[in-house]
Amino acid sequence: MRLAWRLSGVVGIFFLFLHQACAERLVLSLSNDRVQIASNFVGENLVMFGAIEPDTGNNLRQGGYDLVVTVTGPRETMRTRRKQRVLGIWVNVDSREFVRVPSYLAVLSNRPVRQIADVGTLRRLQLGLDNFLLTQRIGPDIADTVRDDPFRVAFIRLQSRHGLYREAGDAVKFLTPAVFRAETPLPANVPTGVFTINVKLFAAGALVAETNASLEVIKTGVEQYVAEAAVAHGLIYGIATMLLALLTGWIANVAFRRD
Amino acid sequence: MQIYLPIADMPVNVFLILGMGLAVGFISGMFGIGGGFLMTPLLIFVGVSPAVAVATVSTHIAASSFSGALNYWRRRAVDVALALMLLSAGIIGTATGVWLFTELRALDQLDLVIGVLYVSLLSAVGLFMIYESIKAELRARKGLPSLLRRPGSHNWLHGLPLKLRFKRSKIYVSAIPVWGIGFVIGFAGAIMGIGGGFLLVPMLIYFLRVPTGTVIGTSMVLTLITMASATVMHAVTNHLVDAILALILMVGGVIGAQFGAHTGQRMRGERLRLLLGILVFLVGLRFAFELVVQPEDLYSIRHVGDM
Repeated sequence: MRLAWRLSGVVGIFFLFLHQACAERLVLSLSNDRVQIASNFVGENLVMFGAIEPDTGNNLRQGGYDLVVTVTGPRETMRTRRKQRVLGIWVNVDSREFVRVPSYLAVLSNRPVRQIADVGTLRRLQLGLDNFLLTQRIGPDIADTVRDDPFRVAFIRLQSRHGLYREAGDAVKFLTPAVFRAETPLPANVPTGVFTINVKLFAAGALVAETNASLEVIKTGVEQYVAEAAVAHGLIYGIATMLLALLTGWIANVAFRRD
Repeated sequence: MQIYLPIADMPVNVFLILGMGLAVGFISGMFGIGGGFLMTPLLIFVGVSPAVAVATVSTHIAASSFSGALNYWRRRAVDVALALMLLSAGIIGTATGVWLFTELRALDQLDLVIGVLYVSLLSAVGLFMIYESIKAELRARKGLPSLLRRPGSHNWLHGLPLKLRFKRSKIYVSAIPVWGIGFVIGFAGAIMGIGGGFLLVPMLIYFLRVPTGTVIGTSMVLTLITMASATVMHAVTNHLVDAILALILMVGGVIGAQFGAHTGQRMRGERLRLLLGILVFLVGLRFAFELVVQPEDLYSIRHVGDM
């Protein structure tokens, strides 16, 4: 009897949440859900369009909305190393492994994330580069560190310098109160694989709706052929490349032969 | 014109890479070396990852050394027996180098060891060549016969046992220094991403007294075999050979090499060695600078592997 009472309570709370989540619906459309890397690829702008649909019978909220779009690239393990002067020369003395962290990470919003929600909410939802979970291997443990950990700061700085990590508080624009547009550049060195896009809708600092989408970055044409051959048929690829080298050398020799 | 490189995973300017191939090819043709010690740092400077640069440069050197070796082969200026002897020890050197490469990479000290090796080898070889060629130049000024072309004097290396006769080069030397040189070249090639021509040529001249007639041809054949096998080995083990990048480099390289060889033939041997010595020494200094001066960012990222 007591169990049933407790269960009904849980279900009740669940429905309460469900009701809240259903108050608005988010619709998202990508300019391109398959980014193709061909021989002329120099990077591409990823453009997303979306709309906020109020639940039937309801109107859009008076207070307005905030949006946070997080684009996450395929996960990779990377090592951050620190140099120090030892006996007059600069040597890598210390390193930290970042385990399965996004190879690409863009946090886009209509205004800086810290103005959208309180720190606790941002941390819990991993919104913003400071709050995103970047797991590090520290001795036998795998955990994230404090946000001002020097390795974490350096990692984000280096990734940002290569255009792979970014946080832009002005990358989401409202075209009408219910229609928005978000944009982020995918640099030329963008990693290949599946990217996930998560859009969170906030009203008055609280999460009210959420939606996900994905896109694929793939190599096509010659790039795909070469990249696949190099991995799948290493020996044949190697011998073919070597023969290509010999052929080039031979052609040059014959073409420029003077004797 | 930009082109995306499928293995290096980045776009590059075709004309820039072609120009680099031409310039390094010119130098390699002029001095009869592969030019890996110039090309590998250049590619890294342009943004290619060191691992891809090392692997791809081996393909480029295979092409340019084959083009050059054919010329020397026709002129019967290749000592096959000497090349094979050097190669037999070179394979052991390469295997040792590849093993150490992997160990050091795991310890994050590969950059340091490569840097220190570049600095010590290049500056030592460069200084030695500058010293030798200036001495020869002064001797020529005084009207004395050039000693370096065919030094008859024997050094202590000629007293070692296991003597072998290399007919084409007209030398009679112990197998021990030949194997030693072969080992060093194989080792340096694996760990530094260089063909080793700039090390091999002076070592053959100064230590083994190989005559200038066969030294470059023999060095080129050795470079060709090691770099052709390095291409296949890198492709099989690490999948890091970028065929597109290699092709652009090769086309520039072989053309540049032809002009370089033409220029080189019109210069005196001593002058040529002095220039090469200065060039090698400068590249060594550049690496020393990198080790000593505080880097722009003390932190760097290395990809451990896709997961």
